[in-house]
Amino acid sequence: MKLKTLAFAAALVAASAAQAQGAKLKVGLMLPATGTYAALGTAIENGFRLYVGEQGGKLGGREIEFVKVDDESDPAKATDNVNKLIKRDNVDVLVGTVHSGVAMAMAKVAKDTGTLLLVPNAGADAVTGPMCAPNIFRSSFSNWQPGYAMGEVVAKKGHKNVVTITWKYAAGDESVRGFKEAFEKAGGKVVKELSLPFPNVEFQALLTEIAASKPDAVYTFFAGGGAVKFVKDYAAAGLKKSIPLYGAGFLTDGTLEAQGADADGLLTTLHYADSLGNARDNAFRLAYAKAFKLQPDVYAVQGYDAAQMLGIGLAAVKGDVSKKAEIAAAIEKAKIDSPRGAFSVSKSHNPVQDIYLRQVSGKENKLVSVASKSLADPGRGCKL
Amino acid sequence: MDLATFLIQCLNSLQYGLLLFLVASGLTLIFGIMGVINLAHGSFYMIGAYMAFALAPIVAATFGGGFFATLLVGVVLAVLLGYVLEWAFFSFLYEREHLQQVLMTYGLILVFEELRSLAVGDDVHGVQPPALLSGTLPLGEVMTYPVYRLFVSGVCLALALGMWFVFTRTRLGMMIRAGSTNREMVQSLGIDIKFLYRVVFAAGVAIAVLAGMVAAPVSSVYPGMGNQVLIICFVVVVIGGIGSIRGALLAALLIGVVDTFGKVFLPQAAGVLVYVLMALILLWKPDGLFKAA
Repeated sequence: MKLKTLAFAAALVAASAAQAQGAKLKVGLMLPATGTYAALGTAIENGFRLYVGEQGGKLGGREIEFVKVDDESDPAKATDNVNKLIKRDNVDVLVGTVHSGVAMAMAKVAKDTGTLLLVPNAGADAVTGPMCAPNIFRSSFSNWQPGYAMGEVVAKKGHKNVVTITWKYAAGDESVRGFKEAFEKAGGKVVKELSLPFPNVEFQALLTEIAASKPDAVYTFFAGGGAVKFVKDYAAAGLKKSIPLYGAGFLTDGTLEAQGADADGLLTTLHYADSLGNARDNAFRLAYAKAFKLQPDVYAVQGYDAAQMLGIGLAAVKGDVSKKAEIAAAIEKAKIDSPRGAFSVSKSHNPVQDIYLRQVSGKENKLVSVASKSLADPGRGCKL
Repeated sequence: MDLATFLIQCLNSLQYGLLLFLVASGLTLIFGIMGVINLAHGSFYMIGAYMAFALAPIVAATFGGGFFATLLVGVVLAVLLGYVLEWAFFSFLYEREHLQQVLMTYGLILVFEELRSLAVGDDVHGVQPPALLSGTLPLGEVMTYPVYRLFVSGVCLALALGMWFVFTRTRLGMMIRAGSTNREMVQSLGIDIKFLYRVVFAAGVAIAVLAGMVAAPVSSVYPGMGNQVLIICFVVVVIGGIGSIRGALLAALLIGVVDTFGKVFLPQAAGVLVYVLMALILLWKPDGLFKAA
């Protein structure tokens, strides 16, 4: 009888050990499901799920379970939302988000708790700058990157005096700073930096300022509804004919349908384009279209790559998330086979990637050339 | 800034001010005159903008189309929506505290946003102005001015004039003003105040929806657009003096000037200038520029 009990207990212990090994890995998706960025959140989640699905629902040998929180793109609620995922739901990995302010709050909590964080969009330079940490990775871009690449392009086109216009907030400031750095290094001059409070979209006063100062070109960072309105207002004010407009890629991403003919011919820089034509991208686009009955965009790619990075890290430790140093080392060494073209991560964990110059034609951002090859964010302020 | 640029900026101020009045006019009616704190005003505006986008193809298929036919259909639908909403929700609120009005209208915001997301999705959309008004006028050496913006200003002036006339010069306006001062007294004089308020509320919703539809080609259509205009609308009504239509018009024009020149001369402070203006005016005149009689 005693023996029997013992055997039973042993079996029980063995069973629970096996369960711990094979237990589901909890991935906390903190993305916007409502508000201005809802469409972006959906694309990122779709991309992430597509990759996990392709791997049979498992990464590093462990089945993936998703826990979702709508971050509403509200920085004020961000810390509470992250803590919900970490303390209440006990997630093993955090994925998020779109809004830079929310991502900063996530990075802070991730840094304090040591939870692995993958950032699938938010471009705030600081995430892989002063806030960088061994357990924080980004699968998208830093705001500095497209701006810097466009600075080189505009200088090469022979423009000397440029006016910049953006929203007065982190993403806009950082994008313009990247542009200015490259453009002035190449001998150009930013004669005026115009800005308006986020998310104000009454541009008329500033368009009049642009017309009055007659620059050779204009560089801009706007996204979403603001990007649609800016491009339309710029054309309606007659400026498109006389002063060429250049922008970070978000100006024309996911907005072309709404912008219509007013966006035709615009040049923008980003780490993705609609017709890259490589085999990896073609396969990705086909699979995505089949799975979600939607065309993928840059956000879907970033979500897909976040899942790839997680897969690489987990594969190296056979799904044991407690081995944080090994996971980080594996991702740092890896070449991520992204639809945008293979990339690796910099010392501060931001993608080192080609930035493409694209031109709007027929409601697509068509690839023109590589604006900047293997561009790495300088990661200023990062002590890794 | 040379004279030409200054004049263009004045035109920008005027045009933005008129647009603001257009957006806030429905709130003047519901909040200013009926005294209901209506946070869902932005949602009505958003519904209007999405109607301009989503109704156009349907109207084109059934009535042969046209921008103005879409406007008409939108306004009719809006009156029905306002009428039903008043019957189902707002009619219970007149006697309640303001906090309960805030709670319920905030709930309506969430419901309308979610319905919008389910019905049309979360993408950004553009609306083409009608061909008749899609031209531009030359302005200075490099700039042009869209004719549609002038049309918007025209609509706004007509609306302001129309509202002012109805409220100060007609018997209907007199009954509404009386009702807002003393409900019971008006009722005891044999006027069906419930029906009257239902009609006024429906009109307020219709004006907000009309504003959204008219503004859609210049503002484009995107999720959360209603919340963006909500606060500025309250600023317009409060500066103008609650219940005063000419006050709201003057306040909107004032905000247009401060916002436009603020962006040019004080870009660092552009975000707060409008609120500084409101604070100063309320210090000087705690009831706003024009107190309703």
